[in-house]
Parts: sequence; structure tokens; C-alpha cells
Amino acid sequence: MTQETRVRAIVSMQSQPVLKRHVRLQYDKVREAWALLSPERVFWPNEVSLDILRLCDGRHSVAQIIALLGDLYGADEAEIGEDVTSFLQEWSDKFLVTL
Amino acid sequence: MTEPVLPPIGMLAELTHRCPLQCAYCSNPVELLKANREMETSGWVSLFEQAADLGVLQVHLSGGEPTLRSDLPELIASLARRGVYTNLITAGVGIADGRIEAFADAGLDHIQLSFQGARPATTEKIGNSRGAHEKKLETARRVRNVGLPLTINAPIHRHNMEEVPEFIELALSLGAERLEIANVQYAGWALLNRNALMPEREAVERQVEIVEAAQERLRGVMTIDFVTPDYFAIYPKPCMGGWARDAFMVAPDGTVLPCHAAGTIKSLHFERFGDWSLARIWHESSAFNAFRGTDWMLEPCRSCERQEIDWGGCRCQAMAIAGDAAATDPACIKSPLHARMGALIKEAVNTKMADESSNAFTYRRIGRSVELDPTSA
Repeated sequence: MTQETRVRAIVSMQSQPVLKRHVRLQYDKVREAWALLSPERVFWPNEVSLDILRLCDGRHSVAQIIALLGDLYGADEAEIGEDVTSFLQEWSDKFLVTL
Repeated sequence: MTEPVLPPIGMLAELTHRCPLQCAYCSNPVELLKANREMETSGWVSLFEQAADLGVLQVHLSGGEPTLRSDLPELIASLARRGVYTNLITAGVGIADGRIEAFADAGLDHIQLSFQGARPATTEKIGNSRGAHEKKLETARRVRNVGLPLTINAPIHRHNMEEVPEFIELALSLGAERLEIANVQYAGWALLNRNALMPEREAVERQVEIVEAAQERLRGVMTIDFVTPDYFAIYPKPCMGGWARDAFMVAPDGTVLPCHAAGTIKSLHFERFGDWSLARIWHESSAFNAFRGTDWMLEPCRSCERQEIDWGGCRCQAMAIAGDAAATDPACIKSPLHARMGALIKEAVNTKMADESSNAFTYRRIGRSVELDPTSA
């Protein structure tokens, strides 16, 4: 049996988060809301979460995501940085995002 | 106050009752349907279309063993076309070469593979199927090779509870993202075999500790979901997230039910898809409306602050133990019958019917007549 090395991914400013293959963000016409579909659960991200998830495309680094969201919300990067990284760490731990 | 009925999110499709395994805790009803009662491909496709229209976002393709349906790729494709998330729940025994690839090509999102034991001998004994364990290992490898995400499902009971640490290692070694350790729910075949399956309290407490420690240790490495055992609980589970609230199931013949054991409530009548549209069943079926919301509740649920947390618990368990589907689930400490749960644990442990012998099980079989009365002592 091949033993994979499995360790917890930890978010950094260089991480380029991307939604896991088994996770899908799609618009639900019936409820007129964005839904995040995962193996056992459906999540209903709020507006801020949605803006972060949309930038999880494997091309933007966490630093870039924070800068873009800072512009979007007219907020200080230092202020939102921790919120963004803790969100991404939590969603990585839930197997929704690859860091 | 009557709240508006919201659209369903999830659907469990039991495509067939046929299965190569004979697990004594199967959640299927004890009266299993033969292949000639199964809904045909066009019926399922039409049902899936209506489900997507109604707002269903996730479909769990189950059985029996769903891969025994030769039209499974077509069924998966019909859901994938509509953006519905598909989860295949399989025993992983006897899946022909190339089929897992075909499921993936059809758009399957996720596979949940069951293991009856973490050791080959246990898997064989519980499922009554020789070589099953090795076949499952092979299925897991094939799933990973096509890149599909994998959940390992381990139903636990007296005969395999000590294998919980090994289940965790097994799931890790197979590359699973998620492990579901589920205490057997005593409905269907499990109710029939309750005395042979019920664990001792000390064993339950031990495995809860092991699972909690593993969840902490493996944070971000593998998700471990844990389905707690009702008989040892203080509060009931919000069964199905509340009766007819956001999910339902469909039997192989197209009968639409609020949960997989609802057929044990003999006072209810269930409609078949085709006779009624799915939307009509969801909104108008008397069975769906019987325990929807909170209006039907009696005391102690009626005045309980937890009524919208656990929705009265499981109606089928209330039926099985209290003899009244509208009663509070006896798993709840507020139920006047809560002590009966403890008594049933003791009774099971005391009888222990030739514990280590597989003869103690009534194995699941189609057409097997049921001789045991689960309510008798």
C-alpha cells in the first residue's frame, strides 16, 4: 500500500488557493442565491465569503486577494488580512479549498 | 404558526434493493423489492429533472448497490447536466472494469465507499461476502486513480467498534478526504438485529474519545464525521434535518418518502412518482405534511425550546419504541420513555445471543420472511 504523506496545509501570503475539485460554487435559480456544493453539505456563503471564494482560482495569491478585497471594500489591508487568512485556513481544514 | 414549505435540497435515490452484501443492519426496509419492481431509466431521468426544477441540489445515489443498475452512467449524466451534485454510495464489490471511469466521465462528483470492518475477516463476516475486503480496497484505488474524491463510510456496532482506530488508519492510507464513522441506526434490518448489534456503554464511550482525539489530531488532514448512537444520547438527532423539511428519499419503485424508514409508520400513505408529480408529492402528500414543522408536536416537544433544533427527533424511532409516530423520540431525555432506551441496551447486552457467531444475525436477503419481532424481549 502506498502511504501518502498527509499533513495539514497552513495558509501563507504566497498560497494560491483554489476550490477543491469536489466543491462547486454555482448560482441556484430556485432560491436566487449562490450555493457552494460539497459532498455532504450545501453552504450559502454571504457576500464577503463569496468575494473571497470567487478569487480562489489558483492564480491569485493570498496577498493579492487581500489587496483586491481591500480595494473592493475600501478597507485597510492590515485590517482585513487576518479575517481573510483565517477564513481560508478554516475552509482548507474543511476540505473545501486547496492552499 | 404554519410556515411556508421551502424547496428540498437533498434527495436519497435508492435505485435498487439488489446488493452483493447482506449486512444485518441495512437501512433498507425488511420487505425488499425485487428487480422487476424497479423504476426504469426514463422514470428516474424524469424524476431527476423534476427534482432539479424543484430545487434539489444534491442527489445521493444509493441502494442496495446502485452500481448494479447498468444505466447508472446515464442517470449520473442526467443530474450532472442540471448542475445537481452527485454522490455515489457504494459497497464497492464487483464493479466491472471501466465503470468507475464511466461514472466519472458522466460527471459524478463524489464517491462514498463502505467498509464493514477494518480487517478482512470482519468485512467478510458482517457483509456475509467472501473476499469483499480486498475488492473494496481495489475499488478505493480505482476511485483515487480517476481522481474522484473519496469518503470512507464505516457503520459501527458491537462487532467492529474496537476497530475504530484501524478504520481511521485505513481511510488515511486509502487517500480518503473524509471518514464517516456512523453508529448503526436501529431501523430496518438493524432493528431486527438489535440484540446482536447493540454495543456496551463503555465501548461507546471509549470510541467517542478515540474519534474526538483523531478529529483534533487530523484537522486539515482528513475530516472525520461521527454519527452518534441514539440509544446512548441525551437529545435526539434532528432526523433528516426535520421531517419533510429539506430532504426526502425515493424507493426503487419510485415511491417517495420523507425518510428511508418511513414505511414502518403504517398509518401513512406514500405516493409513487409518476402517479403524482414530485412537486405535488413534496407539497401535498399527507405523509409529508403529517410531521412537517412543529404544529403536530405533543408535549414535551410542544413547549420545548429545542423543537426547532431537533424537530422532535426520529418519527420512526418514536413508532418503534413508543408505539406512536407523533410521540417525542425516546432518545430524548425529556421523553417519558427515555428509560426504555437504557433498558433495551441492557437487554441486548444480557442476551448477547452467541455473540461471536455470525449465526446471531438475520442477514439481509430479498424475499426472506421476517420471523423475529424486534419489540419482544
